[in-house]
Amino acid sequence: MARLSAAVAWRGVSLLLLLAVWEAASRLVHSRLFPGAGAVLGALFDETVHGGLLHDLNATLFRVAIAFAAAMIAGTVIGIAMGLVRALDTLFDSWIVLLLNLPALVIAVLLYIWFGLTDAAAITAVALSKLPTVVVTLREGTRALDRDLAGMARSFRLGAMRTLRHVILPQLSPYLLVASRSGLALIWKIVLVVELLGRPDGIGYEIQVFFQLFDIKRLIAYALAFVAVVLAIEWCVLLPLERRVLRWRG
Amino acid sequence: MTTGITLEIDEKRYPAEGGHDAVVALRGLRARIAPNEFCVLFGPSGCGKSTLLNIIAGIDPSFSGNIRFDGDCEPRIGYVFQAPRLLPWRTVRENLELVLRRDADPAVVEALLGEVGLAEAAGFYPSRLSGGMARRAALARAFAIDPDLLLLDEPFVSLDAAAAVRLRALLLRLVTTRPATVLFVTHDAAEAVTLADRILLLTPSPGRVLAELPISIPRDQRCDHHTIAKLSGQLAGLGARPPPH
Repeated sequence: MARLSAAVAWRGVSLLLLLAVWEAASRLVHSRLFPGAGAVLGALFDETVHGGLLHDLNATLFRVAIAFAAAMIAGTVIGIAMGLVRALDTLFDSWIVLLLNLPALVIAVLLYIWFGLTDAAAITAVALSKLPTVVVTLREGTRALDRDLAGMARSFRLGAMRTLRHVILPQLSPYLLVASRSGLALIWKIVLVVELLGRPDGIGYEIQVFFQLFDIKRLIAYALAFVAVVLAIEWCVLLPLERRVLRWRG
Repeated sequence: MTTGITLEIDEKRYPAEGGHDAVVALRGLRARIAPNEFCVLFGPSGCGKSTLLNIIAGIDPSFSGNIRFDGDCEPRIGYVFQAPRLLPWRTVRENLELVLRRDADPAVVEALLGEVGLAEAAGFYPSRLSGGMARRAALARAFAIDPDLLLLDEPFVSLDAAAAVRLRALLLRLVTTRPATVLFVTHDAAEAVTLADRILLLTPSPGRVLAELPISIPRDQRCDHHTIAKLSGQLAGLGARPPPH
């Protein structure tokens, strides 16, 4: 416990140091285009209380959540199926490779053209960009499933549900965790691009507005707010989940 | 209810794969195992003993022939594999609880863990167990379902001699208090003659029953080296004889 709080304290020191360096550099440069930490934090506070930051943050996080869930669920199902059935793998492997190499920007533009500047098109574009990496990761995990344990489950007549919960999922969980963490990192970057291209709200849209206004202070403030939320999800949800799931490794 | 089994396996073949030719593991194997019998399948490595157990356990359905159990309902089968095959992400206790039937009394888990000497280790993950402890856990798991039929595939291989002796004694104790038909696979003659009511001697691949050796001496009178050596000699003699046609 003492070691944990010491680690937290050092992280705090490191963060304060970064803010101090930033502020000092800004004063040295002394330009409207490079606002200091104080000015940005002020803008952050101001936009949170009086401006639209919470609304935009909400809109973006909603898109992230839906795209993330869709990509994870569809990718897991497809990945497991391709890992189990060789014919499916042969049939669809090149599709996955194609999708892996199709830039997110292209997917977004095409979907906007075909389906209009809608939220559905935006979310689908983000989910499709993430989907192939989930498929590839889970396919790998499925191929690595232990045949001996599968035999054990069959001989003891565990049934589909217990086999899935106690035998299969624990083996896939490291792969699911990798897919989740890399997925979140990828999706929250892509979602900004998609918003910038064709949505009337969200962090990505606001970044574009502040870019056109050369309002660097607010631009950084919005970006920081979003990064903070994503980091909070990573630290407060995904990392503890990983520790819990992999506890047995000791 | 312990169950008798009738084995009629015409052929078990592994198809050619990855540059290997097709292999016929079993051919024309006929045997009858009586209820409550402790039957040892004895034969050289690679004669299809494990394959046979997998077929009986229903893990491997691709063979031609018949496995018939006495009675109408499907027997409960406890399987002790060559490797313990415990779930590494479940504690010892959870590994046992997992296989329990829905109508089973959960107290059986603690009772069994006590009997195999793992009461203290019930909360451990399998990675913390020694080789012998993991075998005992696997043994307890097989008994946890109150099996009609117990399949054991060289369960004590790769243990040191003293530990193997202790585990054999443990197995016999468990079978005495919880009767079951037992099929025990081994290629160790001394182990075979120490445990068996009857030994079925299998041929090299493709495996079938070459001969059988019933042992009528009570188990507690065949623990000495002399008797074991004599019985092992008989077993070797059976194997050396040309197969009758």
